[in-house]
Parts: sequence; C-alpha cells; structure tokens
Amino acid sequence: MKKYLLGAIAATTALSPIAAMAQTEVQFWHAFTGRLGELVAAQVEEFNASQSDYVVVQSHKGNYSETLNAGIAAFRAQEQPHILMVFEVGTATMMAAGGAIRPVYEVMGESGASFDPDAYIGAVKGYYTTTDGDMLSLPFNSSTPVLWVNRDAMSAAGVDPDTDMSTWEQVGEVLDALKAGGEDCPLVTAWQSWIHLENFSAYHNVPFASQDNGFAGLDTELMLNGPGQVAHLTAMGEWAKDGKFIYTGRRNEGGANFRAGECALFTESSAGYAGISSEAKFDFEVRPLPYWKAVADEPQNTIIGGASLWVMSGHDAEEYKGVGEFMSFLSTSDVQAAWHQNTGYLPITIEAGEATRAAGFYDENPGTDIAVIQMTANQPTANSKGLRLGSFDQIRGIIDEELEAIWAGDKSAQEAMDSAKERGDALLRRFEQANR
Amino acid sequence: MEKRVTFRGWWLPLLLIAPQVIISAVFFFYPAGQAIWQSLFIPDPFGLSAQFVGFGNFEYLLGDKYYRTSFLTTAIFSILVTLCSMVPALFLAVIADRLIKGSGVYRTMLIWPYAVAPAVAGVLWLFMFNTRVGVVSWYLGQLGYDWNHVLNGGEAMGLVVVASAWGRISYNFLFFFAALQSVPRSVIEAAAIDGAHFWRRFFTIVLPMLSPTAFFLLVVNVVYAFFETFGVIHTITSGGPQQSTTILVYKVFADGFVGQDLGSSSAQSVILLIVVGVLTVIQFKYVEKRVHY
Repeated sequence: MKKYLLGAIAATTALSPIAAMAQTEVQFWHAFTGRLGELVAAQVEEFNASQSDYVVVQSHKGNYSETLNAGIAAFRAQEQPHILMVFEVGTATMMAAGGAIRPVYEVMGESGASFDPDAYIGAVKGYYTTTDGDMLSLPFNSSTPVLWVNRDAMSAAGVDPDTDMSTWEQVGEVLDALKAGGEDCPLVTAWQSWIHLENFSAYHNVPFASQDNGFAGLDTELMLNGPGQVAHLTAMGEWAKDGKFIYTGRRNEGGANFRAGECALFTESSAGYAGISSEAKFDFEVRPLPYWKAVADEPQNTIIGGASLWVMSGHDAEEYKGVGEFMSFLSTSDVQAAWHQNTGYLPITIEAGEATRAAGFYDENPGTDIAVIQMTANQPTANSKGLRLGSFDQIRGIIDEELEAIWAGDKSAQEAMDSAKERGDALLRRFEQANR
Repeated sequence: MEKRVTFRGWWLPLLLIAPQVIISAVFFFYPAGQAIWQSLFIPDPFGLSAQFVGFGNFEYLLGDKYYRTSFLTTAIFSILVTLCSMVPALFLAVIADRLIKGSGVYRTMLIWPYAVAPAVAGVLWLFMFNTRVGVVSWYLGQLGYDWNHVLNGGEAMGLVVVASAWGRISYNFLFFFAALQSVPRSVIEAAAIDGAHFWRRFFTIVLPMLSPTAFFLLVVNVVYAFFETFGVIHTITSGGPQQSTTILVYKVFADGFVGQDLGSSSAQSVILLIVVGVLTVIQFKYVEKRVHY
C-alpha cells in the first residue's frame, strides 16, 4: 500500500509543472481574459519552453482594479507574486510603495539578463521611468486614443468621408453637417477623462497637474481647469446639448454603438482595433486624434493607457534572475511585434515597430500605425510624458462625475473643472499624507 | 412564578454558548475592533507604514460636503427600497391568501426572485433599461419618453431602487404570507357578520395583527438597504451620475478599494456602524411601542 502511495506521489509530482525539479518558479498575476488572456498564456508557454531554469506561472486575478487589490492584499499577507500587472493609473501608488516593489532597472541589472533602456519607445517608457531616467516597471500593454471614422455613415449624411478632420474646429463643422444630414449619433467617446482631459492636455502641451504632472513630487495639484481644457469641454458641452455628441457612459460603452454602425465618429483607444475590425460591417478608418488650432499650433504627443509589470519585493535572488530573464524575453522584437500585430497595442520597443513595418503589416492594415506615429512624433515634454498622481483611479471617478454635470447641462465647463480640481486635490493631499 | 433551569457549576453553560461566542468574536468583534483601530490612522495601501491621526479621518469625512450629501442619498434610497419592497409584498400576500385554488403555484413563483443574487439582479435590470438595447427604454422611447439613467440622477435612483427592491419583495412576501395564515379566522368571520367589508376588515383587524411581522421586516429591510444593495449599485450605476446613487456603503468600497484609502474607509464603516445602531435603537424604542404582539 505504501509503495503504491509513493508511486502515485512520484507520478503526480512528475506531471505537475510547478514541482518540476530544479526549476525556479516565478508567479505572474495579470488582468487579462478572453483573447488577450490566451495571448498572455501563449507568451508564458513560449518562455517556459525556451529554457529549463525557470517556470513562469501566470494567473488571472480579475480586472485591473481587482488585480491591484489582489496584489496589495497578497503583499499584506506576505504571499505576493513576483510580477504584478498594474494599470497606468496605479503607477503612483506602486511608486510610493518603496518597500513593496523592486525597480525593474535594478532587477534587470542584478539578473544579468540583456537590458537596454534605450531600446524602448520614449513615450511608452516615459510613463514608467523616474525623472532621472530609471525604468521602474516594464511597459506591457500600451495604447493611445485615436479618432475612428465610420465612412459609410459620413456618406449617408451627405458628408465627404475624406474631409480633413485634423483639428477640432474642422470636426465641429463636420458634426454640424452630420446633424443636418440626419445623423442621430455624430460623435461618441470612450474613456472620457483619459481622452478628453488627460490626453487633451498632453496633446496641447498644457499641464494636467503641477510638479510636471506629478513626476516631480507628491505635492502636486490638478491644473485641469486651465483655459485650454475648459475651451474644449465647453465646445463638447455645446455639442452634447445639440445632440451632436452622445454620452453613453464612463467606460467604453460607446464602442458598442460605434461597432453597430450607429455613430459616425468615435474617440477611442487604438487598441479598439481588434474589436472594431472584427465586428464592424461598414467601411471604417483610423485618423489621428484632432487638436484645437486655437489652443496649440501643432499637436505635441498623446500619452498611453494600459498596464505595466511591477516586480514585488520579498523574494530570493535566484527568483529575481528568473524575473529578469522573463522580462528580457518579453522585450524581444519577435514577441513584441507579434503582440502589437495581434492586439493593436503599441510595440514597446522601437525595433518591434520597425520589424512590423518591414513585414508589411501597416500596408495590409492601414491606420494601425497612426497611434505609433502620434505618440512618437515629438520628444515628450514635461506636460506630455504621462501622469503620476496618487489615488488617480478615484480622481478619474470625480472627473467623470463632473464631466457628466457638463453633458447634462447642470454646470458650465469652468465650474465643473474648478470643482474637479478642488475635490481631486483633497485626495492628492490624503495620498501625500499616507505616503509621507 | 417563572420557571428556571439552573446549571450547577460554570463549565457546561460556558461550553454551550462557546460556539456562538467564538463565531461572534472571530467574525464580528475582531473585524469591528480592527476597523475602529484603523480609523485612527492614515496607512499606506501596502501596510508599510501608518500615521496616527486621532479623529483626523472623521474630521476629514464630516468636513466633506459630498460625504454629508451621501447621508441624504442613503436616507432617500433606504426609505424607497423599504417601501417598494414591503408594500407590494403585503399586497401580493393578501391576494395570495385569498386564493383557494393554485395558491401553491403562485407562492412558489413569487418566491423565485429571492434566489437571484443582487449583482445578477442589477445586470438584469440594467439590460432592460440599457439606453441602447434595453427593452423597457425602447418602449419608453416609443411613448416619447427619452430614458437616460446615465445622465439623469433621478432615473438612476429609480432604477437602483427598483432593482434592489424587486428580489426583496419575495422575502417580505414569505413573512407576510405566513403571518396572514396565523390571523384567527373566527375574528375575521365575526367582523364579516357584523357587516365589515374586506378592506375594512383588513385595516382594522388584519393589519394590526401583522404589526410584529411588519416591524421585523422594517428593521431587516433597512439593514438590507444599507448594506446588501452594494452589488446592485456597483453593476448599474457605480454611484453615478454625479454621485446621485452613492450611498454610504458604496463610498466605503470606493474609498477603500478604488482609492486604497483604508483610513477613511475604516472611519466610514465605524460611522455606518453607529448610524445603523442608532436607527435600530430608535426603531425598537419608538416604533415597537405601536406594535401589538
């Protein structure tokens, strides 16, 4: 009997990848399901098959917020994973937690894995590096907002689908024409705060918050009530009142309307490509995000949304070597090019972008390079490097509420943004106090 | 003269109440104590450091006008949920009680919604009232009413109230129905002989005899509206538009798990504990006096 039992144990141990002999295990928690989840699993499998020293174990922990909370709870219970995926708005929270994380540049340096910080696209890594240029977390999935156009809807309303829509001034005229042509939903948006405030500010090179958008210190205050932002939101508010801009919700609810062909114009992440290209039964096109000629002569660059991989503290040196190897693998050109082409997310290295272009992907899928061009057109400034604000997930909630007040006509854009600043600043002060 | 069973010694009685004491201690007193302790600090999310601020968290909260508004929102929400779940339940129970044939079928079907979890109920109602594909909002559109709970706070409140009260009607129905069965037939028959019609009998005899049940349900439903409706609000409105459906318990979640501000979150749960405690005391002190057992 005892013999059988031992045999059974030996058999199950041999079958289980976790207990495979002499391999170091690396836990990787992420927030992807569905198609994206499959692609992550495939990356991990490929890495595990490529070498025999380390085994990466990936687990899905819910959406972005839930994954971050799972990571925090696990750290408190001292059961944290080695690698935790954190969305871009959680960056300040992770950065402030000096004792809970290990900066990526440090881990990579110690692990001896190949790591060249200059290989990463500036506008992508900028979000996750210190003001001294040290990379704190590895960019994983990044996207940026663009303008999606339903060409059939434009034609149906009697508007030339090739009309120039580089500026919001021009878009305003197109919206008038669409409305006059009988279009019920001329413009719809996803992620309103991210696109129409955070990216708006970077794109027009105006500050979103003081202290270089929070990069230079925790004593930052929101500056989203400046004349540029207010002018844009005032125009959007007018459009909402006239039924030219249709508000559908705080997240990407508008995507369903656009993909069903109900709306003509849609401001959404470049990563919307996978969904739109598979569902849209109309002729669509990707255009650069419009800018206001009256606010800036030339657009600066847009900023990213998405997530990065943070290394958590409290593990053995040998395990960190595995983390380094895995991150080095993720940054290779082939892995990145495949990820970029499959998902519509931006490549994180310059080389991967070039490889994609050389493979003719952009010619076959026109518009997929707009996001890359838009992000890399200019060297990022202090206003367009990104945002690093504490409690930012919740501040976005406040901004959403205030924007809803504008769309409903309850507040003017100036009143709403003044209020958003006041309420957001209170949270920033709390965060400053908690992380002093 | 009261009859009492007395134990000899201490060990047996202590042993007998031990399970309940242990469960209460582990699942209620310990977490509640932790919440009270944490409400005096501003900790960082990872628990690496914490600063003692005394009643600073409470000062911060009570100085916040949005938090104070949240009390009013919670009061409106709780009253509406309690009314909307108890009145229809009583009506249905009275009707079902009069049925001679097939009452079992009706009873079973009326209890079904209780089996639906709040979050799932939220999604169900959200689909019906979805501004784009919702069946109900489409019919309202046909009637010329432009339903938009995404921007209209009143409509959002109405929707979360209905979604929260819906499953609760079944629960209340069960209790009212059982209570109706225990009303003595002889009293009702005597009143009928004296010429009292159905609704008169209902208001003068049945309703007073239901008062202990109604009181119990009042307490239970207020507690439900305060705490358990979180799932409905999270799925339908996330507290919006413009905080119009942010009830106290939703704010505890938002500050704790979205904002990672555990100090403020703990302080809010302490305030919530006090509010519900006071409410229950008021109910027992004043409302119970009007209850006939």
